[in-house]
Parts: sequence; C-alpha cells; structure tokens
Amino acid sequence: MRRAFWTMAAAAAVISGTAAAAWEPSRPIEIIVPFPPGGSSDQMARTIQAAIQKNNLVKQPIIILNKPAAAGGEAMMEIQKSAGDPHKLITTSSGIYMTPLATKLPVNWRDFTPVAMLAQDDFVLWVNAQKPYRTAKDFIEAAKSASPPLKTGGNGSKREDNLLSVYMEQQAGIKLTYIPYQGGGPASVQLAGGHIEANMNNPAEEVANWRAGSSRPLCVFANKRMSYTAKIAGDMSWADIPPCPEQGLNVTYQMLRGMFMPGKVTAEQQLFYVDLFKKIVETPEWKEYLERNALVPDFRSGPDFVKFLEEDEARHKDLMTKAGFIAN
Amino acid sequence: MDDLQQLLLGFQVALTWQNVAFMIVGVLLGIVVGVLPGLGGPNGVAILLPLTFGMDPTSAIILLSSIYWGALFGGAITSVLFNIPGEAWSVATTFDGYPMAVQGRAAEALTAAFTASFIGALAGVLLITFVAPLVAKFALRFGPAEFFGVFFLTFCSFVGMGKENKAKIVASLSIGFLLAAVGLDTISGDLRMTFGQTELMKGFDFLVVVIGLFGVSEILLTIEEGLHFKGKRAAIDLKVVLKTWARLPAYWATLLRSSVVGMWMGVTPGGAIAASFMGYGLAKRFSRRRENFGKGEIEGVLAPETAAHAAGTSALLPMLALGIPGSATAAVLLGGLLIWGLQPGPLLFVEKKEFVWGLIASMYLGNVAGLLIVLATVPVFASIMRIPFALVAPIILIVCAIGAYTVEGSRFDIWLMLVFGFVGYVFKKIEYPLAPLVLALVLGDRAEDAFRQAILGSGGDLSVFFSNGLVSTLMILAVLLLFWGPITDLFGRVRGRRRLDPRLAE
Amino acid sequence: MSVDALPSAERGLSRRLVEIVVALALMGLAGLVLWDSYGRGAGWEGGPQNGYFPARVGWLLMIAAAFALISAVRARRREIFVTWEQLRQVARVFVPLLLFVLGVAYLGIYISSLLFMALFMLTVGSFRLWTVAAASVLVPLVIFWVFEIQFLVPLPKSPFVATLGF
Repeated sequence: MRRAFWTMAAAAAVISGTAAAAWEPSRPIEIIVPFPPGGSSDQMARTIQAAIQKNNLVKQPIIILNKPAAAGGEAMMEIQKSAGDPHKLITTSSGIYMTPLATKLPVNWRDFTPVAMLAQDDFVLWVNAQKPYRTAKDFIEAAKSASPPLKTGGNGSKREDNLLSVYMEQQAGIKLTYIPYQGGGPASVQLAGGHIEANMNNPAEEVANWRAGSSRPLCVFANKRMSYTAKIAGDMSWADIPPCPEQGLNVTYQMLRGMFMPGKVTAEQQLFYVDLFKKIVETPEWKEYLERNALVPDFRSGPDFVKFLEEDEARHKDLMTKAGFIAN
Repeated sequence: MDDLQQLLLGFQVALTWQNVAFMIVGVLLGIVVGVLPGLGGPNGVAILLPLTFGMDPTSAIILLSSIYWGALFGGAITSVLFNIPGEAWSVATTFDGYPMAVQGRAAEALTAAFTASFIGALAGVLLITFVAPLVAKFALRFGPAEFFGVFFLTFCSFVGMGKENKAKIVASLSIGFLLAAVGLDTISGDLRMTFGQTELMKGFDFLVVVIGLFGVSEILLTIEEGLHFKGKRAAIDLKVVLKTWARLPAYWATLLRSSVVGMWMGVTPGGAIAASFMGYGLAKRFSRRRENFGKGEIEGVLAPETAAHAAGTSALLPMLALGIPGSATAAVLLGGLLIWGLQPGPLLFVEKKEFVWGLIASMYLGNVAGLLIVLATVPVFASIMRIPFALVAPIILIVCAIGAYTVEGSRFDIWLMLVFGFVGYVFKKIEYPLAPLVLALVLGDRAEDAFRQAILGSGGDLSVFFSNGLVSTLMILAVLLLFWGPITDLFGRVRGRRRLDPRLAE
Repeated sequence: MSVDALPSAERGLSRRLVEIVVALALMGLAGLVLWDSYGRGAGWEGGPQNGYFPARVGWLLMIAAAFALISAVRARRREIFVTWEQLRQVARVFVPLLLFVLGVAYLGIYISSLLFMALFMLTVGSFRLWTVAAASVLVPLVIFWVFEIQFLVPLPKSPFVATLGF
C-alpha cells in the first residue's frame, strides 16, 4: 500500500519534471561492504553509519553487512541480483572493475547505479625502518642488484598493490617478488617483522607502525604531495612524503572510494542518496575520517562520476593487461 | 611494579557502577549471540557499536569487549546440548560435551565448559597484563614459514596415528582440504573448483558445513532411535557446579597445557579455532584416559574450552599492540577504536594508558561477571532437554537454517546445510570420522597460503621451513607428535622387554 | 547368510551397498577435482601452481576411496545400514525439512517456519491443536523480533512480509 503510494508519487514527480527528493527509505538501509570487518572499506562504512546516526540524516537504521568472499565478487553479485531495491548500497574501490577483469565474474558496474564518489586513497612505498633505504632511488638501486629479488607484499593477488608492484617493476626495470597476504594489516606487520622488504599500503594501513618507528615512507604514488600537515611521526607529516615521480620513480596510482546502488532504481531514489552523501561529506565525523586516513577529498556524482569511472576503468584495463592480470 | 599500579588504576576506572552495568549488559547480550548459530560476537559488537559513538571510549570498549566474553561463553551451550557449535571455536567441545549430555551429564559438561573458559581467559589476561610488549615483539617473528609451522603442528597434534580405519581418515581429511580450496585462491587471485557456478565462488563456509554435519545430522540420528532426546533425565541443580569444581584440580595438567597452547595460538594469530583443536588433540594424546575421549570424557571438554578462551583473550593483544585483529570480533572492535579516535598500535600503550589499563581491568571483571552469569543459567539451559522433542527439534532446525543463512546472507547456504546434514548422517553411520574433515576445512587453505607465501619468498626453496630456530622447532615438534603413538609404543615395548628380561633370567 | 533369514523388523538397506556408493561418489568427486586442477595447471613453476595442492589431495582422496571401496566389496559381514522402519522415521523429519528449505526460497523464512513448525508438530508429535497453532505462530514472531528488530539482521522474506515495511 505504502509502496504503491510512493511509486505513484515518484511517477508523478517524473511527469511533472520536478527534481524534488520525493522518495524516502521505508525500511533499514543495508550498506554492503565487499571486505572483511576492520578493513578500510569497513571503516568507511562504519564512519558513514556514525555520521548518519549522530546527525540524524536518515530516519531508518543503517545496517552494515560484510561480504568479503571472492575479493568482493560475491557482494557485487548480490547487488546485481538486487536490481530495483532502493535500500541497498555497496562501498566500492577499484575492485569494482579489477575483480570482474581478474576472475571473469559476470558483473559490470554499468549494471549498477552510481551514487557518489567520496574520496581517493593514496598509496605509499613503505620500507622497514631498520633498512638503509632513505629514498625511492635507494630502494630501486638495491632492487637492481638484489638476488633473489626483493620481496614486496600486500593485500592479495591481482589487487591494487600487486598491480603497483608490477607497475614499479616495469617502470624502473627491476624484478620484485610480490607475496599476497590477506590484507593491508598483515602486510604491515610482516613489514615490521622484516619478512618483506617493502609494501605499498594505504596511509591508514601503515600509520600505526610508522608512528611506532617500525616502518618508513619513501614516496607517495601521486603527482603531488598529500595535503595533511599535522605531525604524525616525529616531525614528519603526510605532506612531507615526496611524490614518487620526483624521486625518479614514474609511477602514480590512486584508488577511488565511492558508493553504488543496485541497477533499475528510480531517479528519485538515486537523488535521495546523492543528497544524503552531499550532507555526509560535510559532517565533522567524515572530515575527521578523511584526515585520520589521509584520504584525498574528491566528491563527484552524476555524469562527472560516470566519466571518472569510465576513464579509471580504461586505465585499469590497460595496466592489468600489461601486468598479465586479465583472466582468459 | 609500575604496571601493577596502572592495573589498580584501571580497576578504579572499570569499577564505577556505570561500567559494571555495561559489563553485565554486554555479557548477557554476548551469551545470546553466542548461543544462536549464525549470530556471533561480530553481530553483537556491530549492533552496539553505533550506540557507543557518543560514549566515553573506556566505557564503550568495556561494553563491547563484554559481548566478546559472553559470546565466548555462550558458544559452548548449544555444542553440549544439541551437538551444534554456536561458534566455530566450540566444535571441539562437541566431541565430548555432547556425549556427556546424552549420558545425562549435561549440567556437569556445561559447568566444566564454563569454568574451563574462565581459566583460559584468565590465563590470557594475565599474559596481556604482564608481558604484553614482549609478546608483541615475539609475534613479529612470525613470517609465512612460521605460520605454516604452526598450522602443521596443529594438524599433527590432532590427527596423529589413530586407530580408526586409515583409508577413511585420509578420505575425510582430503574432503576437508578440497572444500577449503573452493573459491578464490589468495595467492594466484584465480577461482578454483567453482565449475562456473557463482554460488560456489564464496567457497564453503566453516559454520555452514559444521551446522549441517554436526547439528542436522544429529537430529536425524536421534529420530532413528525414537522421538525423544537422549539423556533427558538429567539431574539439574546448582550442586552439580560444586561437585564438578571439586574434580577439576585433578586435571591441572590439561588445564595448564591448554592455557599455554591457547595463549600461543592467540598471540601468533593461529586463532581460537585452531587452538581448540590443538588443545583437544594434545589432551587426547597425553591423557591417561585416552580411550575414553569422544565418549563423554570431561577432560575432552576442559581442554578445547580452555585453549579456545586463552586464545580468544590473547587475540586482543595483537589487536591492541600491533593493530592486527586476531579474530573477526577483534576486527570490529578495532574499527570501533578508530572511530573513537584511538589508534591501535605500539603507541597505544604509551599514549592512552588509562584506556588500555581500564580495558585490561575490565577483562578480569568481565570474565568473573561472565562466569557467574553463565553458571546461574546452567539449570535453565540443561532443562531445555526436558521439552518434548517434537517441539524443540523444529525450532533447532529453523535456527540452524537461519544460522547457515546469516553467515553470508545466502539462501544457497541453507541448501548446503541440508546436504551436509545428509552427508553427516551417512558418514557417522559408516564411520568416516568427521573431525579431520572439519579441521582440514578450517585450517586447510590458511596452511596452503602460508606454504605458498613462504615458497614464493624463498624462490622455490623448501629449506625455508628449516631456516631458523623457531620454524625448525615447530616442524620437528610436529613430526614428533604425528608419530607419537608409534614412538610411545616402541618405547613401551623396549621397556617392557627389559622388565621381562630379568624374569626370564630367573 | 541371506537377508530373508532375518526377522522382518531388522530388514533394511545393506551397509555394504552404502559403503560402496559413498566410495564411488568420493572417487567421482576426486575425478572432478583432478579434472579441474590439471585444467588450471597443477605443476611447480618456481613454486606450486594454484592446482598443485588440490590435485595432490585429489589423488589422495582417489586412493583412500579406492581402499574403502575394496574393503567394502570384500567385507564378509552383512550389516544393516538402516532398517526400513528407521528410514521411515528419518524421512518424517527429513522430508518436512526439505520442504522447509524449498519454502524459504519462495515464501521467505517466516511463512516457511510457520508451516514447518505446524507440519512437524502434527506429524511427529502428538500435541493439541491449540499448542501447535500457538507454537507455529510464536516461533516466527520471536525470530522476527530477535533478528530483524533487535539485531537488524535481514532474513529472507516473501513479498508479503516485505510489504509490511521491512
């Protein structure tokens, strides 16, 4: 009954052409996280949950469901199957194109409804603090003469940091051995324990060990420095980490963090969530989250977001083809 | 000494009436989520997490970690009563806990399980209190080769050379390994054995398989023998608690061994599940009442419970000191810490002293509160066995189905539960052992990953498994345990002959 | 020796037959695993390929199942796996359970639970009608309250329950 009413209301809104957010959620909203609890996507979802509930942005409760199986593939299948359900959201990272390309999974983000891009995440080249490397150049020189090859490690096979490791090999003409662990956390500990030579973790994944003096950042895989100038470890801030291209390592890579809905939802439903996320990114909780994780604020929605996705996907396809990560 | 002062300060923080109230609420909620298969510590924590955003971080973590204690305690209840492990780490508790219940000793088994949990948790907290920094450094020495060593040791301590039909043990172990391998392979990033089916992509979840193999199949077996629960005429009163306690000191060796195993597995993130199996395996190997294991031996309840809880508690240490979660619940707690603006890691102990020591003090108090609450519920739970089978059985089956569904939110998993229920029924009747299957399922892919990570790092060189003292010790210990049976037989025979010899000379 | 010599209550499915069927099924499973693993590569290229371990375990299963098969075929004892009477009892639980799981796919968990409770209590137990009715209605309601309202865990629902606003 209520649903029929809203469908009619939505239809009326379409006919009259007004863009007023006529739709509102009628039951709890599920945010599906394609990663395990505690990971960076999970933290983002829980921050969003906190921001919504503290500021009373939505009347319905927010539920977070972790579906980490198959590198997020299962979560994407779920969204694929839920076409038309306006009470589901999925957090997204580059995995939204990488997992289907690497596993031949029959899903495509074009079948989903893009809501908003919230931020971009940087990657940093980290080494164990006891090792003599001070700059990216030191590391590359050492890698050139190392036998067996130096070990890097990270999130998992054919994932973002594996791609970065291979990209570095190609750009610098070196050979590295990438060891896939089950996430950035273990990779950080393995680096602190000296079991690997370097990792390419996100700032948030490595900050604890950086502050404790067990790992050291060499450079950030971006064209410009990060913007956060608060002191983190000793007298270093995120902004003090030099960009890799400045150190002769011409590798840049960032990962999007965004939100999608299932396909076949109405324009009003999509608009409701776009507005919601516009409000969320203005909350103090969200700003604190960005700073804590040294994320690059980059809000996009609508055609702007879609254009970004298309370009980013093409770039990933290119990088993954060169790295031999595409399933055949 | 400084630490002790800090701890006393911590007790002052934790002992405000408000925090004690949070503790009790947390433990009760934890028991509820621990009892229901499919709901677990992570659910309980996740549901309260949003409520804690406005709270003082110390009160918040006391509330949330109490859920964790409650869930640890609660997992044993359904294992003992219905052979359905409420949590993955209480699978090994079913091996002897359920037979005890069948014999009408449900209250005794529950008391043993709860008390063992408490002892294990206490061991874990003592570890955290006194040697946290040292242990955190030790955990850093674990690379892939060492992890493989730990998993290998777990297998060897559990499987060994049993007396059952060897072909069936091997078959069961193989099935477990193969089930574990289905889905995405971490090392290569490819899908394995999914045969193009998207449902198989996520692999076989441990809990779904176990609910089917143990829980559903048990109901099918029960009904074969008539429409009632076995052992429903159990003596139920609180005196059982005292009687059981009086017997515990005799098992000090098992309790101590399991505590050590558990602490070890919790710190090196082998996890509570592996710890419970290893604790059970070792107890069986070294007990004088070895023959009685699996038939309702109280030692078989004490050993896995102590180990699981020592591990579950110690697992909070790497979370606090290194920022890596030792379990799924710890992972959600970790997320909470970050949202409250606390950065777990080596500096947390320095920068947020009152928080860390408040938490540690709450671990002591939370466990005491937990033990008292669960012991008080023993008669309540044990009396469930008196309700008519035809009323309880469908409820159990519905709860099993919900449990299987909620693990991954997949309807396909309910079908899997049914299939494994049937498989478990057939396997139990023709004596394919289920325990090796479950062990291989839970540790198989992690052991394989660790092995392949180590080999990747060494460039294909197998000597990496003997490259330093730590990993060599693990591997040698494992092989020794694997052949423990034959070795002791041999020694026994040699000694026996010597004893015989003089008589022959006479 | 012959089964007919046994008293009629003891008649049932032969254990030997079940052992043989299980062993054959496991060998089939092993074959499937081997086919899949060798298809993806089960060698050692500077380290094990992703089919290396499953293939070895597959062979192990094949061999173990073959042993089980041989010992089952050679077994002298004629044991009964399950008597027909027992099988009938098991079916009284298994068939409703099967219908329940099937029902979850179409009716959601709440309506299926209601029907399953009622069916089970009526066929297996001997309750008064009002007990059956009360239990069948209460159980889904309690489950709904615990999971959907208290723990916010969404369970499978039929379109009917979904329209109630959850």
